[in-house]
Amino acid sequence: MSSIAVPARSRRNPLATTLGFVRRHLLTAYSILFFAYLLLPIAVVILFSFNQPIGKFNYTWQGFTWDNWRYWDGIPGIRSSIVLSLQIALIASIVATALGTLIALALVRYGFRGRGTTNILIFLPLSTPEIVLGASLLTLFLNLNVVFGFWTILIAHIMFCISFAVVTVKARLVGFDRHLEEAAMDLGANEWTTFRKVTLPLSAPAILAALLLCFAISIDDFVVTYFNSGNRVTFPLFVWGAARIGAPPQVNVIGTAIFLIALTVMLANVLVQMRRAKRAS
Amino acid sequence: MSYFHRHRELTPYLLLAPGVLFLTVFFVVPLGFLAYQSLESGNIDFGYAFTWSWGNYWHALRDYRAQFVRSLEYAGIATLLALLISYPVAYWIAFRGGRWKNLLLLFIVAPFFVTYLIRTLAWETILSDNGFVVNTLQSLHVLGPSGRLLATSTAVVTGITYNFLPFMALPLYVSLEQIDGRLIEAAEDLYASKLHAFLRVTLPLSLPGIVAGTLLTFIPAAGDFINAQLLGGPENHMIGNVIQSKFLELTDYPAAAAMSFILMAAILVAVFVYARLVGTEQLTGTAV
Repeated sequence: MSSIAVPARSRRNPLATTLGFVRRHLLTAYSILFFAYLLLPIAVVILFSFNQPIGKFNYTWQGFTWDNWRYWDGIPGIRSSIVLSLQIALIASIVATALGTLIALALVRYGFRGRGTTNILIFLPLSTPEIVLGASLLTLFLNLNVVFGFWTILIAHIMFCISFAVVTVKARLVGFDRHLEEAAMDLGANEWTTFRKVTLPLSAPAILAALLLCFAISIDDFVVTYFNSGNRVTFPLFVWGAARIGAPPQVNVIGTAIFLIALTVMLANVLVQMRRAKRAS
Repeated sequence: MSYFHRHRELTPYLLLAPGVLFLTVFFVVPLGFLAYQSLESGNIDFGYAFTWSWGNYWHALRDYRAQFVRSLEYAGIATLLALLISYPVAYWIAFRGGRWKNLLLLFIVAPFFVTYLIRTLAWETILSDNGFVVNTLQSLHVLGPSGRLLATSTAVVTGITYNFLPFMALPLYVSLEQIDGRLIEAAEDLYASKLHAFLRVTLPLSLPGIVAGTLLTFIPAAGDFINAQLLGGPENHMIGNVIQSKFLELTDYPAAAAMSFILMAAILVAVFVYARLVGTEQLTGTAV
């Protein structure tokens, strides 16, 4: 009996490791499939930016061309929609980040009455469906007879960006060493100087992250904008209008360009982080 | 002594004031206007009057019950799919990602770098009648020779699942990443099988991520109308499509406002039931 049991036991270990090996690689294989699924539509967007569609539907591959890139603004209205989107995203992200950073500072540094209410006020817009955000602003503007256009779009974008800015800055400020500020105050700096010379530079990465996030959310927004734009057209609204009659390949060109710019910015950020982690270890 | 030193207790309120004021005027007050409008009666030509018209709510529920149910159904299925699809990958990155973690996370959020509408249009291309997906399914006889994917509930759910997937994957990753690997080793040292260790240690510890991911996916999914509009047919329309057309095409504001509130209430109820089922108290804590 023991002569059987011994090889059986010694075989158990390799079997277990083989199973573990297969299992580990099963997970890896699945993950690769997952990323293929995740990136497939992006590949389609990029590929069809080089398509030469016959007729107005850019759905099936017809042939390769550089023309869509060369004449990226060859469709009436596309250039002005991009300009408007950039203007709105730039102003909205700066204002929302400024307001959001101040709120985050108050929440992280101070104990005060009304903290809980403030937290709820920040949380609610994040947990409200966009269509309700857009619809409620629309009723406000309608009832006050506000003319829809640049300003209503801008207000809407600042509104839904603030909470994201607060959350982003708050998350990074929590691990912030307050002794540095106390040291500055001990050395005779007043609160404003401490804020300017210590707090602000130290929270700069968090503020930059909030700025980028708000910019990205603003430039991508469709639903809230759709409700509050009047007759102004941002880039997502242009895509929506174009999709009804068949979106031209130029839409893919702009989509690809936005993707590449965002990817470059984020990739640079990740590489810096990886290098810093390597140096630290 | 500076002004700030003498009035330290005022500082937090001064910091809060501009942002909180903005959110109050352009988020809280508009919700009040929406509530007010939802109880009005009348029409755009003759004007609206406030009449405590609760009928708007009953009519919305009576006439658009199918769309309400469909919204919760599509959003529920898409959320479940997103959870099942992304959990293994979040696990893989958290435990095997090593120094590539941040790069892999970047790939997870990559779809967000493509404009929402454009990536939904890309799905329209992928699922189109002559596309390779439909052709493959037809040759495998999963779909009939005239079968199609566009304008079906499958297409809409596919689009929703894809579009909100990063909202699920990121919180899952964050909660899995925080798990102390020694706990899992301890379970295995105490003779738990790998599966058992996963079910009794890893899974419960990742629950905050599951809760946060589910909420972050379900809420925008239930209010979505873009996927149903671009990938579905009229019989796949969700409540978002109805609200959108009532507001912007039919200018039936009271009905649309009432529907918006029912949608919000339905989502709150679903979230509440879910929170009770999962039994978590850190609901708001994890989502923010």
